[in-house]
Amino acid sequence: MSVIGKARRRVDGRAKVTGQTRFADDVALPRMAHCKLLRASVPHARIVRVDTSRAASQPGVYLVLTGDSFPVPYGVLPVSHDEHALCRDKVRFVGDPVAAVIARDEATAAEAVHLIDVEYEPLRTFAGPADSLAHSEPRIHDYGDGGNVHKAVSLQFGDVDAAIAGADHVFDDVFFFEGSTHLPIEQHAAVAVKDPDGKLVVWSSTQTPHYLHRALAKALQMPAAHIRVIATPNGGGFGGKSDPFNHEIVVASAALTLDRPVKICLTREEVFYCHRGRHPVLMRFRTGVNRDGRITGVDLQTLLDGGAYGSYGVASTFYTGALQTVTYEIPSYRFRGARVFTNKPPCGPKRGHGTPQGRFGQEVQLDKIAERLHLDPADLRLKILARPDSLTANYLRIRTIGLGECLRRVVASSGWSGKFRKLPHGRGVGLACSSYLSGAGLPINWNDLPHSGVQLKLDRSGGVTAFCGATEIGQGSDDVLVASIAEVLGVDPFDIRAVTGDTDLTPVDLGSYSSRVTLMMGNAAIEAATRARDLLAKAVARTLEVPVERVSFGERRVFDAEAPERGVTFQEAVCIAEAQFGTIGTTGSYTPPKSAAKFKGGGVGPSPTYSYTAAVVEVEVDPETGWIAVPSVWIAHDIGRSLNPTLVRGQVEGSVYMGLGEALMEEQAFRRLPPRLSQALVHKFPSMLEYKSPTFLEMPDVHTDLVESMDPAGPFGAKEVGQGPLLPIMPAVANAVYDAVGVRIDEVPITPEKIVKALQAKAAGKPPRVGPPAFPDDVPWPETLLVAPPWEGGDGRASNEPAKKSARKADAGVEATAGLRR
Amino acid sequence: MCGDVAAGGKARLTCTVNGEPVEVLVDGYKTLLEMLREDLQLTGTKHGCELGECGACAVLVDGEPVLSCLTLAVECDTRQVTTVEGLASGGALHPLQETFADLGAAQCGYCTPGILVTAKALLDRNSNPTRAEIKEALAGNLCRCTGYLQIVEAVEKASAMRGATTTGATGVSGATGAEELA
Repeated sequence: MSVIGKARRRVDGRAKVTGQTRFADDVALPRMAHCKLLRASVPHARIVRVDTSRAASQPGVYLVLTGDSFPVPYGVLPVSHDEHALCRDKVRFVGDPVAAVIARDEATAAEAVHLIDVEYEPLRTFAGPADSLAHSEPRIHDYGDGGNVHKAVSLQFGDVDAAIAGADHVFDDVFFFEGSTHLPIEQHAAVAVKDPDGKLVVWSSTQTPHYLHRALAKALQMPAAHIRVIATPNGGGFGGKSDPFNHEIVVASAALTLDRPVKICLTREEVFYCHRGRHPVLMRFRTGVNRDGRITGVDLQTLLDGGAYGSYGVASTFYTGALQTVTYEIPSYRFRGARVFTNKPPCGPKRGHGTPQGRFGQEVQLDKIAERLHLDPADLRLKILARPDSLTANYLRIRTIGLGECLRRVVASSGWSGKFRKLPHGRGVGLACSSYLSGAGLPINWNDLPHSGVQLKLDRSGGVTAFCGATEIGQGSDDVLVASIAEVLGVDPFDIRAVTGDTDLTPVDLGSYSSRVTLMMGNAAIEAATRARDLLAKAVARTLEVPVERVSFGERRVFDAEAPERGVTFQEAVCIAEAQFGTIGTTGSYTPPKSAAKFKGGGVGPSPTYSYTAAVVEVEVDPETGWIAVPSVWIAHDIGRSLNPTLVRGQVEGSVYMGLGEALMEEQAFRRLPPRLSQALVHKFPSMLEYKSPTFLEMPDVHTDLVESMDPAGPFGAKEVGQGPLLPIMPAVANAVYDAVGVRIDEVPITPEKIVKALQAKAAGKPPRVGPPAFPDDVPWPETLLVAPPWEGGDGRASNEPAKKSARKADAGVEATAGLRR
Repeated sequence: MCGDVAAGGKARLTCTVNGEPVEVLVDGYKTLLEMLREDLQLTGTKHGCELGECGACAVLVDGEPVLSCLTLAVECDTRQVTTVEGLASGGALHPLQETFADLGAAQCGYCTPGILVTAKALLDRNSNPTRAEIKEALAGNLCRCTGYLQIVEAVEKASAMRGATTTGATGVSGATGAEELA
């Protein structure tokens, strides 16, 4: 391999260090107007009247929009199209956009926003899941699974109750994972314009131009073919820019109405209120374990505080209970998850999307199990690892699993055996493992179309242009695209230009979420490049008069493998091929394999393959102040194959960093304004200073080790690395704190206050624990779908599922063809 | 501050930006960040909060890192401003730009301009900083992608490379003494 596996400068590296990368807010066009949104100042209210007359009459104001201009709802998931670009009948959280002013400059727009008078009829505020479960009126939304429950699911694989009852030990633990937000350094921004042909063009800082494209077509009621979405280089997504957003649709509509460019850039406070970040999740793990450490059954319940809108919430709900079986052998499993609406900024996908919460509970509980069974936590896990090429109880296909090797490496590199339960009081080590998807196996919009497509243009200059809808958000997707093609065609990456994330120029890629881009785009790129190479090989074989099998590619040359000096330059090869076959252009695409999970709800969790991670965290805890520092982290990640070690290391360290933020300090927390004000439920600290995130000073040394399990499902064997390494950090910190000072913090963030409180309880002879007291017993679980595991003769369907499922399949087919028209 | 205030409250501001003389009519309330991005179309300098909390808007004024979102443009009258666009010289990138690009110190790249100029100021006053000194100097610059370690290594490598090269393009005088630490 001449390119793959080499530590190289990323193809978009130079632009990013010279200030030439054009982010969304850097786009400036002649006659460009500026938009500001009026956002609700009350958490839950009916809109009685919106008076925009004073604002509209301000000099310099071009247009004022309200919900009246946006009758059509949209949303990222087809099952929850519950948003309007501007609220129509009611507002559902402080920050919900109500009106928009478009003016000659930002200052004029911002002032005019305050001249809009809105009359609200306040409704009950739902501040948290307990409220939303207790009161089904007034409903925040008029859809969902009853009252203020957005989604409730209940799936069972095998006779879990018998399995738990028959176990030597039963562990019953409750955990809470606090919400946190992406905090990308770039605020969301978008520019829309009606282009010279009268079509709409939208530049936006988005992770999913394809989904924005669909939402714009629906919300604006115009043909998708007349809309072009350009994903500008992204200043940090982490899941926070993967919904279609109000501001994008508003500026698009305004640009069409005014026939002039309209720009919006959100303030930092608005970014906190856009959110779509980590769901706060309360969870209860009941687990049966035998003396030897083998798990007999797991019964998991999760309760998600969804916030005011659906977003990705249905998927998030399933994700809290999807990947437990992909890491360890779990013979019987029940998962019940519920997401409730509350009057807070909507939660959605944040790095790990729903799986870090469940992972925290499982890994901390495993630490407790190891202690009671007098087993070393690493040995316990090594004993119960899931097996390669196997099907889990919930019908997820495991291919390669390098987790055993990851565990052995971090145990060795961290000096685990010499430290665990052996360090002086105040110092401790904790261990945890995890697994993550290399891309969601099923599409969000149900159809059989490829998830990623690549088109190549080979030019007589010897240059190659690669067109792909994949969206560079800093994770290095442009580099993977170029490196994969350069490797196959034997050219220098610098000879290839990547054109990505432009719905007019590039074939569809579903977007940068669920760590799908390297695998799906990479495989599509390899197919396109291989087809191009075959054309060139056939043409050059004739010229060199050798069998096509002997034609090889490398160092910008196409030559006879048995006589390397006999050959032509790559550029000449392109010309020879073009002379014979006409213009050289090839495509490649990737569609994940069908999933074995046929039951309702089985669509969340499948993936072409899973990555694995093991981490050891060392902490220092001051027993007096509870102050906690993390000097070192040892982490081993099963990446399949490292395509560019420099970028891979960046993803691992970036994941460790973000994990530590959630483990130690980050809280998307809310408070009531004082009585003398409106008592509205507002964000506690919507500021980058108050919302704590780690700086250079808090970041520990990170010892990264990569296990290359060479997975056949991945391009050149590669699996994901963008999200997986975040998952084990939070539980490893919790386990390390227990090893350091003997107290259990069964929730995140693990703050000094909680550590001191637990230490005081311990000193007073009470249980040394801070964490949620119990899981509520009033969650309206639906009827449980019973799915026999594969080893009990199951076929992936639920035995008690209503028949219409098969009928729906037929509809899905029809929908596929109509898919693009909607 | 500016000398004469022209009609309509705008001030006539003359300063040097990336080594070139600049003359701008700017409102008194406009920030240095807004002037750079909107009046001079130097969009390399970024904003993450416009409240002085993230460091993304850092530029150098007379060689010292400042938060351009909290600095009024008029405060820079007669002064030397350096932005990320001014780091390269004679078509060659500054050593920091080379090492940041090579070692993965920039992922999304949005915080990178602010960190580059702050690191340059560090190297100009302390050509061989320790790891702790680098972290201290950059502690005000938040980054959400990298986890910081590759940035520290890129600064270390650039300081080693700089041993053999002159100071940056703007000819700003070298180390201005330890007491000048930002």
